[in-house]
Amino acid sequence: MAGTRHGAAVKVSVDQDKCVSSGMCVMNAGDVFDQRDDDGVVQLLVDEPGPDQAEETRKAAAACPALAIHIEE
Amino acid sequence: MSDTLATEQVSADVPEYPMEREARCPFAPPLPMLEMGEAKPLSRVRIWNGTTPWLITGHEVARALFSDSRVSVDDRRDGFPHWNEHMLSTVNKRPRSVFTSDAEEHTRFRRMLSKPFTFKRVEALRTAIQQVTDECIDEILGGPQPADIVAKLALPVPTKVISEMLGVPYEDHEFFQHHANVGLARYASAEEGQKGAMSLHKYLINLVEKKIEDPSEDAVSDLAERVTAGEISVKEAAQLGTGLLIAGHETTANMIGIGVLALLESPEQAALLRDSEDPKFIANAAEELMRYLSIIQNGQRRVAIDDIEIGGETIRAGEGIIIDLAPANWDAAAYPEPDRLDFTRDAGQQLGFGYGRHQCVGQQLARAELQIVFHTLLRRIPTLRLAIPFDEVPFKHDRLAYGVYELPVAW
Repeated sequence: MAGTRHGAAVKVSVDQDKCVSSGMCVMNAGDVFDQRDDDGVVQLLVDEPGPDQAEETRKAAAACPALAIHIEE
Repeated sequence: MSDTLATEQVSADVPEYPMEREARCPFAPPLPMLEMGEAKPLSRVRIWNGTTPWLITGHEVARALFSDSRVSVDDRRDGFPHWNEHMLSTVNKRPRSVFTSDAEEHTRFRRMLSKPFTFKRVEALRTAIQQVTDECIDEILGGPQPADIVAKLALPVPTKVISEMLGVPYEDHEFFQHHANVGLARYASAEEGQKGAMSLHKYLINLVEKKIEDPSEDAVSDLAERVTAGEISVKEAAQLGTGLLIAGHETTANMIGIGVLALLESPEQAALLRDSEDPKFIANAAEELMRYLSIIQNGQRRVAIDDIEIGGETIRAGEGIIIDLAPANWDAAAYPEPDRLDFTRDAGQQLGFGYGRHQCVGQQLARAELQIVFHTLLRRIPTLRLAIPFDEVPFKHDRLAYGVYELPVAW
């Protein structure tokens, strides 16, 4: 992984239709993602996480089993 | 058999699947499977009905296929590599469920089940899980030695927690544990499997009907509400509830039992976990144990609905796919020195819960239980030791979920 990526802000979007409520996003980045109370579907809390949240946001995207998190660097 | 001579020759040296683990390295995936994985990330195997589906052994290919929409879990499709005769013979009798549906139908079922298992709801359960764990350990410490970790800790903790969540009376645990056990026989005949499955199914139908009349705050009442709203049938609700009940206690129980054994066999790793106060380290240790042990054996069964080019091979539409978690979790390309239990490695991408849209519904609950049970046990009984010789530990080679039948310990 390129060192320059660390510390940069990222743009996030989520696909609620694809989401399977695994909770992996909240587990990895609880300040950026939440789950709907009724069915656990992803909710985006912050669509442009700051540099301090970028790494955990990337981890959340990589861990999502439904590939429902898209990140623009 | 109507195979042509050419096909017979090609398939003559195709290895049989499933394979069993070696008695001398009971934590390792079956050794022939590891050898296959070293050569190629996917290869053909022969299963019980003579067909030759693809066995996936590579971590990257497993992840890719788990999340590929051309890969189906619909066990009614031709070429689907059924576990055993029982599963094939009941394929048209079993209501569709979260395990056997694709795409939108799957999403609909899945979302009905997800409410109790969100990350935050499970976090809120930690105090209760800790309390159940402490009570079990109190009982072990107050009782005779040796004590059986399976009966005294591994089974009761997840069973009490899932019973409470589902609204299933814990008094019935002997009944459903027994039937879950029968239903999970790896080589079940049609008759045996049917008996276990039907008793549990009837039990859940009764329970759903009770909750329709008299709902409370639990997951079976949530399903009952969907029945009342006309979204699903009683049978479907019972099928979904059965899945939660079995998956909710049997799998975690196996992981706790064999996980404790792995900790006893790796004292330096156990010490690292015992001495840690860092929730992230404790969480990663549970992931590493999941990676190391991959208790779900017999492979995740799928069928290709389109041609798929992957790992230098072409999986044709209609061909069976078996993704075995154990060799994928021991793929040296993903985890250097995979045969070492190492809590300092990042085990975040381990495949013990599967991956893709069918990844374990209860994974957050399982994580919380494993993190709490292993850490608490090591701290409260630091002198814990195996009370029988290692080679006398009875392993569950014949179950769909691997583990130990019993684990006598002393301290």
